[in-house]
Amino acid sequence: MEILVASAVGILTAAGMYLVLRMRTFPVILGVSLLTYAVNVFLFASGRLTVGAPPILNGATRYTDPLPQALVLTAIVISFGMTAVVVMISLGAYLGTDDDHVDDMPDADADAAQEDAT
Amino acid sequence: MMHWLIAPVVLPAMMAPFIILAARYHIGIQRVFSVAGVLAMIAIALGLAIETADGTIMLYRLGDWAAPFGIVLVGDRLSTMMVLLMAVLALMVLLYSIGSGWDRRGQHFHALFQFQLMGISGAFLTGDLFNLFVFFEVLLIASYGLMIHSGGNVRLRAGVQYVLFNLLGSTLFLFALGALYAETGTLNMADLAQRAAMIGAQETVGIRVAAVLLMLVFAIKAAIVPLHFWLPSSYAEAPGPVAALFAIMTKVGAYAIIRVYTLIFPVDLAATEGLHGTWLLPFALLSLAVGSVGVLAAKKLDRLVAFAVISSMGIVMIAVGLFTEQSIAAALYYIVHSTLAAAALFLIVDLVRHSRAHLGLVIAAPVKGAALIAGLFMAAAIAVVGLPPLSGFIGKLMILSASVTSPLVVWTWAVVLISGLISLVGFARAGSVLFWKAQSEGAPAPLEPEGTTPSALSFAAVGGLIALLVAHTLFAGRIYAYTGATAAQLFAPETYISKVLGTPGKLSDDADHEPAQAVKEGDH
Repeated sequence: MEILVASAVGILTAAGMYLVLRMRTFPVILGVSLLTYAVNVFLFASGRLTVGAPPILNGATRYTDPLPQALVLTAIVISFGMTAVVVMISLGAYLGTDDDHVDDMPDADADAAQEDAT
Repeated sequence: MMHWLIAPVVLPAMMAPFIILAARYHIGIQRVFSVAGVLAMIAIALGLAIETADGTIMLYRLGDWAAPFGIVLVGDRLSTMMVLLMAVLALMVLLYSIGSGWDRRGQHFHALFQFQLMGISGAFLTGDLFNLFVFFEVLLIASYGLMIHSGGNVRLRAGVQYVLFNLLGSTLFLFALGALYAETGTLNMADLAQRAAMIGAQETVGIRVAAVLLMLVFAIKAAIVPLHFWLPSSYAEAPGPVAALFAIMTKVGAYAIIRVYTLIFPVDLAATEGLHGTWLLPFALLSLAVGSVGVLAAKKLDRLVAFAVISSMGIVMIAVGLFTEQSIAAALYYIVHSTLAAAALFLIVDLVRHSRAHLGLVIAAPVKGAALIAGLFMAAAIAVVGLPPLSGFIGKLMILSASVTSPLVVWTWAVVLISGLISLVGFARAGSVLFWKAQSEGAPAPLEPEGTTPSALSFAAVGGLIALLVAHTLFAGRIYAYTGATAAQLFAPETYISKVLGTPGKLSDDADHEPAQAVKEGDH
């Protein structure tokens, strides 16, 4: 199971990094989502991998550490909200300029002209 | 009395929904409550700072759970000082945005502003690393809203970059926290400090990875080269008052580095030995150099100021990277200075923006009210560049004298002094093009200014920031004594640790992990 979880984290991270380095917002957002999945699995694994044990210490000799589960829950909620925000902002930017590149505007004069317009 | 420590978090957290729900359509009521909230915040922060000035460490346990299980807020000299700095800065920025009408150019400025303050003060006060992550997210999500306030294509595009970069930073933060938790089984800072010291010399791989990852995360926040790429366009395109408020956000990164690397991974910890000297200091020098070259190369005034922020963060991080008690004291003095000076500059940029067609550093029609704006610009530029008589000079002097014992002393002196000169040239060029040559014949005709003209209140806010800088200079001796005491407290973390872990609460005897989950879940 260790190999499965470790390679899942690794592959998700690698794919996420590759997509984050793309030029356009859609793959970049997908990449960020993959990275957050990777980090969620990683956080989950940080409390040691245990199967079939209760998440309580009630005199049990074997138990799952519940804290990483709480951490993952928080992380999922936050990353979900953040992804929604970034989708909205990039939609706004795309609809405004008809261009969904992530990098800066190509030339500085266009930049200044745009600013006058706003 | 015990509950005051959480007030800087709870007050804006209550104020923001109140402003949204009750005063949604009344900008006047929003303004009154926002200003009243910030004034109350200053009073509370002042009270906390006085309470902790004698070296007391205040502790607030959420839900009364004992330290490693529940979340704690800790107020010592450093955190209360930063909260006070933030509250004072927030007042000036708020007055400016009211005076210049920025707050009515889009929805929910005041509510987002309050949420931003909540996140920042929580980040300063928390004693738990995961809680620090949560407060980082609170301040970031508010900052996303503020950053794209009033919209516009260029601003939205810069906003996308800013959000994406920070999302990556947050992901990295979670990786660091996971690694730390896997190694130590705790995320409470005081508990971590004890456990990190107990890790055997052969088993330090995980903790070293975690320490470096955390350093990277905070370096992104503090915009240290080469992790600074998010800063120039987002600060330049953000609305003026928002950029001014963001001046404290880079300091959150600096604060987190100071806190974590004095408490959890101190300089003498064998596992992370050399992290400060070998990595942080050279990159801080590089930041300073890149920042000042950027100041010289900038074609627009807002970019110029953004690069000035990078170079002043470089100076802060040089002082932090030296990591002696003296240099941390100097860093804290410089953090206050650099926050106020950068905020003043961003507000001045906004004043210029109101009366000039664009911010390009080319000769154009005279700026309206040029004499006053030019005077303010000169004062702020002198402060940022670090010329006498303002506090930037004193701060640099403290940092240079703290660097004498470092092996990189020659580099430090050379980079600090030469970049000071380069920034000076950059600012002098910008000032003369904007305010002086504009008067010359052949300048193009003035264009209609956009938006509402800044009122006297805006100028008062900028003047207030400059006055604070002057006060920071005049009382430099006393402030330095205070930051010195703060640094001494940071370099003797035993009191902090024993206060956090020694104070009894629920479950203090029983080593049970379950309640920690209950408290964490209240935090979503």
